[in-house]
Amino acid sequence: MGWMLIRTWTILVYLFMFLPVAVVVLLSFNASQFGSFPMTGLSFRWFIELANNDAIIRAFQTSLVLGALTAVISTTLGVLASLALVRYTVPGSNFISTCLIAPILVPEVVLAVALLLFLNFLSINKSFFLLLMGHVIFTLPFVILVVQARLVGIRRDMEEAALSLGANPMQTFFQITLPLLAPAVFAGMLFAFTISFDDITGTLFWKPGGVETVPTQIFAMLRNSISPEINALGSVMIALTVGLPLLGAAIARRMATKRGG
Amino acid sequence: MSVEAREARQPWILLSPALTAVALLLFVPLLFIVVYSFWLRTATGADQVGFFLDNWREALSDAFYRDILLYTLKIGVITTVVCALMGYPAAYFIARSKGNKAILLLLLMLPFWISYIIRTMSWINILGVSGALNSVLIALGIIDEPIQMLYNQATVVLGLVHFLLPFMVLNVYVSLEGIDVSLEDAACSLGATRWSTFLEVTLPLSLPGLAAGGLLCFVLGSGTYITPLVLGGPTDAMFANLVYEAIITQLDWPLGSALSLMLLAVLGALVLIYNKYLGMAQLMKGLG
Repeated sequence: MGWMLIRTWTILVYLFMFLPVAVVVLLSFNASQFGSFPMTGLSFRWFIELANNDAIIRAFQTSLVLGALTAVISTTLGVLASLALVRYTVPGSNFISTCLIAPILVPEVVLAVALLLFLNFLSINKSFFLLLMGHVIFTLPFVILVVQARLVGIRRDMEEAALSLGANPMQTFFQITLPLLAPAVFAGMLFAFTISFDDITGTLFWKPGGVETVPTQIFAMLRNSISPEINALGSVMIALTVGLPLLGAAIARRMATKRGG
Repeated sequence: MSVEAREARQPWILLSPALTAVALLLFVPLLFIVVYSFWLRTATGADQVGFFLDNWREALSDAFYRDILLYTLKIGVITTVVCALMGYPAAYFIARSKGNKAILLLLLMLPFWISYIIRTMSWINILGVSGALNSVLIALGIIDEPIQMLYNQATVVLGLVHFLLPFMVLNVYVSLEGIDVSLEDAACSLGATRWSTFLEVTLPLSLPGLAAGGLLCFVLGSGTYITPLVLGGPTDAMFANLVYEAIITQLDWPLGSALSLMLLAVLGALVLIYNKYLGMAQLMKGLG
């Protein structure tokens, strides 16, 4: 009896989490000109309009470039730091970890204000560079957490074996460590990309006038009214940000079984 | 250089890029806005460098700011409590279910991958004047004219709960999963009812997870300005909205600095208290 109740409750909680999102996807196929019920039929017209909307295409390009650069920089910094924390006994490593995690312990608004005003003081105005720095610092803690968790599982014997067989540290890193690290690097980059791609809180502070990312573009469009185009854009974003990690997980599993088998 | 010295230097070489980034992009900027908050923005839009207490006097003594700060904390508390009440049973179900745990967990992770702005705006499709709920109510003949259900305090809380619930469920799940089930079995076999087993064994052991989820919900919820902008009315501004207004709209950066630091002090104090009693490890378990 009690279990049935908990089960029903859980189903309701899941419905609460997914129903609104499902409605976004459903309405993006709405044939009617208003982004609302009742639906008059199914159509792809809003997706076609999206593809013809220059502002949205530009926003997509900005988000993709920003996300990719953020992923590369943030993962590079994160992997190096994680290696140090997992592989070596560093004095004060607890304190260092806390410092590296600090960007997510500070409310994002405060981080956004501090970075904006400080870089502005250094005569770096709102620009793509500022946006990139903001995204790097905000995604770094997530990358470190994810990469560290994966690194713990990699044994050190193989590197020691390579070194003792005469490989130099560079060779060892590129031929032994890096391939073993690949899944962690991949996971870190994916995580950083998705967080950057979704971010709006900091982005609204950092973006220069006239530049929009996909989330800020959606936000700007919401100011007018909710159009089917926004729903279509939302659907594309959901497909991207949900599809990519799922794809990533599938590839990672494939790689793991291949290596195992 | 000796091998030992080189070995000892290596981790610092690996750490230095990340530590430099955090120092230059977070810690120094935070110190900078502390200094900046004592400057003055003059009528001409230039900053007057100096040590002025005006911004702090305004931020700390003006009832307008105090009321909105209290209002923000109230919204944070309500959101956290609703998340706990909704999320705990769901986390319990996932942790103790036999068959479909993997799919339930995967579904639980999905919202983290769906953009915050899309999840927030999705409620406009549900509750808006031409949204799903109004359509259903009109079709059923319960109402004749659509009602405006959006843009008030309740929809702000709704949006925040929708955004933060997965954090709560995940954290409670992680701590429930760590409980040795034989403890519950022992209580049961010693004559405790299922309900009293839950109250006296399971619930206390899962409190660290509940606290971690609660902290995340409260801090993230109280620090947002997007949800009130999208789902709130003109009078539903939260404290972060004031920061946004001061920095982006009014361009009063010294005042914006002081307001940011106030928000940081309130929410940061909570994180520090949490850290003192429970430690960061619990929080990281749910995030990592």
